[in-house]
Amino acid sequence: MSILVNRDTKLLVQGMGRVGQLHTRLSLEFGTRVVAGVTPGKGGGEFDGVPLFNTVREATEKTGANASVVFVPPPGAADAILEAAAAGIELVVAITEGIPVQDMLRVRAALRGSCTRLVGPNCPGILAPAEKVRIGIAPYPIFRPGSVGVVSRSGTLTYEAVHQLSLLGIGQSTCLGIGGDSIPGMNFVDTLEEFERDPATQAVILIGEIGGSAEEAAAEFVAREMSKPVVAFIAGRTAPPGKRMGHAGAIISGGKGTAGEKIAALEKAGIRVADSPGQIGETLRRAAPDCR
Amino acid sequence: MNVHEYQAKALLREYGVEVPAGKLALTAEDALAAAREIGGTVVLKAQVHAGGRGKAGGIKLVRKPDEVREVAQAILGMRLTSPQTGPEGKLVRRLYVEAGTAIERELYLALLVDRATQKIALLASTEGGVEIEEVAAHTPEKILRVQIDPLVGLCDYQVRELGFGLGLGPKQVASLVTLMRGLYLLFREKDCSLAEINPLVVTGDSVLALDCKLGFDDNALYRHPEIRDLRDPDEEDPREREASQYDLSWVSLDGNIGCMVNGAGLAMATMDIIKLEGGTPANFLDVGGTADAERVGHAFRLILSDANVKGILVNIFGGIVLCDVVAEGIIQAARSVGVKVPMVVRLDGTNAPRGREMLSGSGLDITPAEGMQDAARKIVGAVQR
Repeated sequence: MSILVNRDTKLLVQGMGRVGQLHTRLSLEFGTRVVAGVTPGKGGGEFDGVPLFNTVREATEKTGANASVVFVPPPGAADAILEAAAAGIELVVAITEGIPVQDMLRVRAALRGSCTRLVGPNCPGILAPAEKVRIGIAPYPIFRPGSVGVVSRSGTLTYEAVHQLSLLGIGQSTCLGIGGDSIPGMNFVDTLEEFERDPATQAVILIGEIGGSAEEAAAEFVAREMSKPVVAFIAGRTAPPGKRMGHAGAIISGGKGTAGEKIAALEKAGIRVADSPGQIGETLRRAAPDCR
Repeated sequence: MNVHEYQAKALLREYGVEVPAGKLALTAEDALAAAREIGGTVVLKAQVHAGGRGKAGGIKLVRKPDEVREVAQAILGMRLTSPQTGPEGKLVRRLYVEAGTAIERELYLALLVDRATQKIALLASTEGGVEIEEVAAHTPEKILRVQIDPLVGLCDYQVRELGFGLGLGPKQVASLVTLMRGLYLLFREKDCSLAEINPLVVTGDSVLALDCKLGFDDNALYRHPEIRDLRDPDEEDPREREASQYDLSWVSLDGNIGCMVNGAGLAMATMDIIKLEGGTPANFLDVGGTADAERVGHAFRLILSDANVKGILVNIFGGIVLCDVVAEGIIQAARSVGVKVPMVVRLDGTNAPRGREMLSGSGLDITPAEGMQDAARKIVGAVQR
């Protein structure tokens, strides 16, 4: 089992440029059912046996796709997300980095009340090892099936944590990157709700960073609603205030959003926070010794 | 991206937001000419990207025209130091000469992107001229807040509620409605991340923007070349500016261990772990997903341009990027740049064993590391030796 995706997930790729093609191939290699690609003007063609369409609506009608991944560059990315939602796609995963904030404000407002869930943007996507589902750009060889859920604002830190877990012989149920932007789709709380419900997930690793207050909201949720152990790491203890640290959303502004505040909130909620990014896997093992 | 006050005010004027008359001056002579043209009492304002200019001596009221030149001379060329500039301060190169305003009340007004609600927020307070963070910390009840649905936009009634809530009279409220229509349109059309008017002053029946700070979404600059042109390179860190030309994400810090990492989160975590091991990072650097010889070379040159750097830590988690390709990039770049400080390289992920083999066989003085903890320990040890 897993969250958001499973063996019935039929993936559509929006933006079949160089990057979209590369990751279509890697997802197919991993065993994911990639059923369609969409790039306006490329309809009628195919890539590695995957049929291409001009519109998401046509692709879903002809292939039954129920999830999409967006590789469309920033100027067209918000439009691509809305196109997927309008076609009734239930899960949209936006990989694109650099989408204007106000585009995302409009997208989020438009998606309120719709049946579409958005993951990202500016994220590595979702990978569920046992279900053979890879949506996005994660390097699948480091993952192994198991019982730990991982949710993170950072791509490479997700890989770091997964790698540490795998070396300890601990596998993952689902790994999900919520992305490094300031206006994300699913947040920590949405994802933790899913992990709490998922029978395959026995413990969760949460990887946060400076900026915003999503970690504080997660801490409150864990204290109130979660029965499964959660451990965390927060990046950016040494980040100076007022500077954007790579991710659009990673900024301490007006003295708010520091790593210290987030760590304090998480610890107050009974969450073990790894001091060192080299100890994320080990911290999970100590908090949930039976996890495999 | 931030702009100067005079640039922000030109944009406000364009959108029908009332601001005092004003002119930019680069010399004391210009300032005098501007003051004569404006007439009466003027205010000379240092143009730097930092708040706290008044207390730092960067804003002066001048009543007599014959004093303008002297005051302008004192401000131009000064190193303005405020809590927002850091101890080194900021060199004042530009001066804004503005008509003096009769101030009855000072208010605070701001439009910003509210991450928690995923809406645009309009904030206002009766405590004009004070930093909003200070008001929020001490008298949060004085901050009024309006949520704006981005699909509906700001409605006049919301501004009226706010205006009467601030204790304004009917005509002043009408003036605020006009001002806010313009400010909101500017915020939307130019992709602002922040539009702050502090203070907004009440004078007679109208309100006007006495100071203004505009911030723009870097991700949206591609569709606003006219905003991009307002960038003042003098206000930016030279290394950050150079890094952005190579599409590298860089932040300068004051330590002595240069870092090269792929991924923003991992790059921050690398700084953190250096600190945990007793060292200090010299920079944040995300080289991104394509760490080829050219990018790695640019990165090494940037890192080594900082004389404080006593060692380099390379931390790469090869995902889609193959570690052997990265290793090749490191070897080529290290040879061409000539790295003379200790270098510790941690390579993990796809094709890591091959990459490590290449590094150890390269004949270069590179210390390999197993995992990031080991890497941090080794570079801190090497630098302290």
